[in-house]
Amino acid sequence: MASYILKRLAAMVPTLLGVAVLIFLLLRVVPGDVVEARYLTQGSQFQSQELMNQERQKLGLDQPLWRQFATWMAGLARLDFGLSMWTSSPISEEIKLRFALSLQLALMASTIATLLAIPLGILAAVKQDTWADYAVRVFSIAGLATPSFWLGILMILVMLTVFKWMPPVVFTPIWVNPWDNLAQLIWPALAVGYRYSAVGTRMMRSAMLEVLREDYIRTARAKGLRLKLILTRHALKNAILPVLTVISLEFAFLLGGLVVTEQVFNLNGLGMLFVEAISRRDYTLTQALVMLVATVFLLVNLAVDIAYAWLDPRIRYR
Amino acid sequence: MERLARVAVLAFAAMLALPGLAQSPRSGGELVFPVPSEPPSYDGHREETFGLIHPIAPFYNTLLRIDPNDKSGTKAVPSLAESWTVSSDKLTYTFKLRKGVKFHDGSEMTSKDVKASYDKIIFPPAGVGSSRKGQYADVAAVEAPDAYTVSFRLKEPSASFISSMASPWNFIYKADILAKDPHWYEKNIMGTGPFTFVEHVKGSHIVGKKNPNYWDKGKPYLDGFRAIFIRDSASQVAAIRGERAHIQFRGFSPAERDSIVSTLGKKATVQESPWDCILMVGMNHEKKPFDDKRVRRALTLALDRNQASKSLSKIAIVKEVAGVQVPGTPYATPPAELAKLAGYWPDIEKSRAESRRLLKEAGVPEGFQFTFTNRGVPMPYEPLGVWLIDQWRRVGLNVQQQVIEPAAYFGTIRKGDAQVFMDFQCGYIVEPDLDMYKFLSSDRNPANYGRYKDPVLDALYDKQSRTIDFEERGQIVQQFEKRLLDEEAHYLMTLQWHRIIPHSAKVHGWTITPSHYLNNTLDTVWLSQ
Amino acid sequence: MAVTREALRQLAGIEQRPGWLSALADFIRRRPLGTIGAAIVLAMVFAALGAGFIAPYDPLETDYGAMLAAPDAAHWLGTDAFGRDVLSRVIYGSRTALTVGLGASLLGASLGSLIGVASAYFGGRTDLVVQRVMDVFFAFPVIILALAVVAVLGTGAGNVILAIAIPMVPRCARVVRSSALAVREMPYIDAARAEGFGSLRIILRHMLPNVMAPILIMATAFLGEAILLEASLSFLGLGVQEPTAAWGLMLRGAAVQFAESAPWMAIFPGLAISLGVFGFNLFGDSLRDALDPRLRTQ
Repeated sequence: MASYILKRLAAMVPTLLGVAVLIFLLLRVVPGDVVEARYLTQGSQFQSQELMNQERQKLGLDQPLWRQFATWMAGLARLDFGLSMWTSSPISEEIKLRFALSLQLALMASTIATLLAIPLGILAAVKQDTWADYAVRVFSIAGLATPSFWLGILMILVMLTVFKWMPPVVFTPIWVNPWDNLAQLIWPALAVGYRYSAVGTRMMRSAMLEVLREDYIRTARAKGLRLKLILTRHALKNAILPVLTVISLEFAFLLGGLVVTEQVFNLNGLGMLFVEAISRRDYTLTQALVMLVATVFLLVNLAVDIAYAWLDPRIRYR
Repeated sequence: MERLARVAVLAFAAMLALPGLAQSPRSGGELVFPVPSEPPSYDGHREETFGLIHPIAPFYNTLLRIDPNDKSGTKAVPSLAESWTVSSDKLTYTFKLRKGVKFHDGSEMTSKDVKASYDKIIFPPAGVGSSRKGQYADVAAVEAPDAYTVSFRLKEPSASFISSMASPWNFIYKADILAKDPHWYEKNIMGTGPFTFVEHVKGSHIVGKKNPNYWDKGKPYLDGFRAIFIRDSASQVAAIRGERAHIQFRGFSPAERDSIVSTLGKKATVQESPWDCILMVGMNHEKKPFDDKRVRRALTLALDRNQASKSLSKIAIVKEVAGVQVPGTPYATPPAELAKLAGYWPDIEKSRAESRRLLKEAGVPEGFQFTFTNRGVPMPYEPLGVWLIDQWRRVGLNVQQQVIEPAAYFGTIRKGDAQVFMDFQCGYIVEPDLDMYKFLSSDRNPANYGRYKDPVLDALYDKQSRTIDFEERGQIVQQFEKRLLDEEAHYLMTLQWHRIIPHSAKVHGWTITPSHYLNNTLDTVWLSQ
Repeated sequence: MAVTREALRQLAGIEQRPGWLSALADFIRRRPLGTIGAAIVLAMVFAALGAGFIAPYDPLETDYGAMLAAPDAAHWLGTDAFGRDVLSRVIYGSRTALTVGLGASLLGASLGSLIGVASAYFGGRTDLVVQRVMDVFFAFPVIILALAVVAVLGTGAGNVILAIAIPMVPRCARVVRSSALAVREMPYIDAARAEGFGSLRIILRHMLPNVMAPILIMATAFLGEAILLEASLSFLGLGVQEPTAAWGLMLRGAAVQFAESAPWMAIFPGLAISLGVFGFNLFGDSLRDALDPRLRTQ
């Protein structure tokens, strides 16, 4: 078991290195840099080329590419993410607050997704090809199909016109003021959770269908055991694993990928930070964010695989 | 339509009611306002974004300031300087400083602080950034003959010098700190202003509290202020509608104003003004057929600005038909004169017929295709882009739009790859020297993306810059405008931006000006119950 | 016992070949959701192809006298901030959605399938390397990758197709690879190899056709996602540009600003997107059910 984990951790390294190289090069191919983004904001009357060159030198942008990369890598090895090119503050500071919000949102959305997916999936599987099944599938696919930004616009519209109420605009951490915190985050969590439940529901339904066809289940039913008992004792245990897998995998993307949702609900999260960093050509910040999301993704993958291997001894890494 | 009319009447009534509310200022309360973007540093000498001015200006004072109670935003009045005199040859300006002004750390502000601050702006040491250094090219030296006197020696007379002393960016810093570390003010705040710094939570807010030892006794009225960073304008609107914030100092769109007024009714006050920002269409004179002035004139003749003023002002933050100066300011060309310039004719059919004729004469075929490069900012670039393409379509031009994101925009335009593009200018004070600088020949001004050289235009600019007599200067400004927009059509003006500030009726003592960089010291602002 | 026609035929041993009409009726009865999905998809395709005939107005035609007009006889879905007919723009928008969606999904699915199958076929070190590379792309959130591609290439329909296709390649490759691994063990592949056929030929002519089922399911699922992604990119201002009619673009700017006073601008394009993605998903779902033997109803 331990050797399996170590092997997997070792396998993460080349992937992360690949991600690092890719984002590093990608950013430098994109036209414009942070100095231009800052000083050429308007057709500035009094632009000064020397000021811009000065700034470039300070940020190390005039160094050859390999050296910039090496400096960054050296910093990463020390777990020093460096300074943001836009604000010159430590990146860990920039990320801290946004990470808290995105993490909470991702957790809340995943929980809502799971709470929706499991019962709905079971219902759809048990009542396959009946109207209950169709209703569940329509409901969950509607979630997939609805653009989250449209759903957000509609939600806010309804809140404003019908309830005459606006959620709080500033993020308060949950331990400071749980009421304000939840009042702000519950709506995007619902919108996102509903969307992601679709994938889980689908998975739950097909996993349950497979399990329900197993011989031992058929035997149990033939013996006259109540369906409910069968479900909870046997089917659920086996069906739940793939669902949790799917939802955990999506969780990693919820961290940095909720760009549009954050924009619509005005959330100060990692997604918006991403967009701002890219639009400002803040190389160091963008690189740090990408590495963060990629690492979380790979770690979650690893955790899920370990859970699988632990729960099912047949699937061990050879 | 009827609803809009009702809202407009409400807004108008609210505006009329404003002077009637001549209550006396009340002390107390915290002013809460959203700011759309966060300042990258705290140094006013270096930054160019209003995202710095709104939350940071209250901590500082400048030598002079623009009269906060004057709607035109052009009058320079004393601030840290009590008075000033000009030498008879117009080359030396001497300022008398106020006595007893204290920095927030308790030390007194004297002339050496003003000199150090202006030296940093005009003659920055190596490695120190000063964004507006070029504006002071005429200044030979800054001297501090005694503790309360500062004098500026110029190389040439300058009509705009006094305005430039009132620049909202020129925070007065402490000389001793600058001597030790010229970069200190990028990461720290310590000024003479009406508010002292409390905290800045990244991505969230900046808080300031009342300076009990402020030199202007009795002010500020507010106990403090809180600037919250809210990127998305819909959320800013929501904050004001939900009475979680009092005012936003940049401006809202007509739709946003309407939604605030319809929710708050009498609890909202609306102030509107032409804005010292304008989008112009630039044409790359190095790319055919835009090197031909007939084609450029045709492009401007196709635009029905008068109609756009009525229709676009409903959906975008543009309104007034303007030349090179903000309508309603001292040097703006009167509408009757403006209507004589190409593209401003009252008869649009005649104008478009002339446009087609010019295109034909210049050999541009019907259905000619070119690319219009626009900057990826929603308001008002997008609606103006749609409008321009639509107007050009009516004279038989087939235009494709290419949108480039803001960070890469001017870098790309600079390279000279674009044919026709959207250009932009925002001034912090309405002043011909500042507003017209952009249009100088490309060898004098690197921000001239049209890549043209026009010595006649340059000469006119220089002449007006040295002309101190108001009437005479006005004439030269109009000549400059005529050459730029009509004879040569180097650049085309779209419509002047229109600043709309709907705010809580509890906010008093703040007057709108054409610039969103002015009047942010917040010392005159007070909140009613 | 009623004597039905069927019973008589059975007795007589006459085989009745099902007519296409009864086959269709059978399909509708057995897969109602898939039918609805297919109907929506067909409607979209029809709208896209026949836009020039169905749309009442030119989607670019402005009318400053009728800005933000509510739905009425002249404009069934109202007008937008420039007086352009919303209905016409929604109809023409299907063209953009399908072009970008189909283009991106085809590109992504074909590239991804090729890589997945090739990787499975060659196995060993090649497989491992390709897996790693795909993992690298996989670790980027889809929209961030799309943003980066747009930042490099610029906006516009062609670049958007690329921007959407690229994140889809690794996802497709992974799915196809697992199916391809199973196919690789089939005896006829060994036989082909023994015959001396080149790798490329084996991959294209023997392996690829046998993984068509998952590819097809993947492609339809991707199409829905591609339409959504295009809408998101246009909403962010990074996709197709004005004055082109595109659903995501129509949800930008004025639609949000005037959401309360002129909700038709936001409602209908959003509905169109939802319906389109919904249709493709339903259709894809039913397709999967039909093609996956394990999920057939007993």
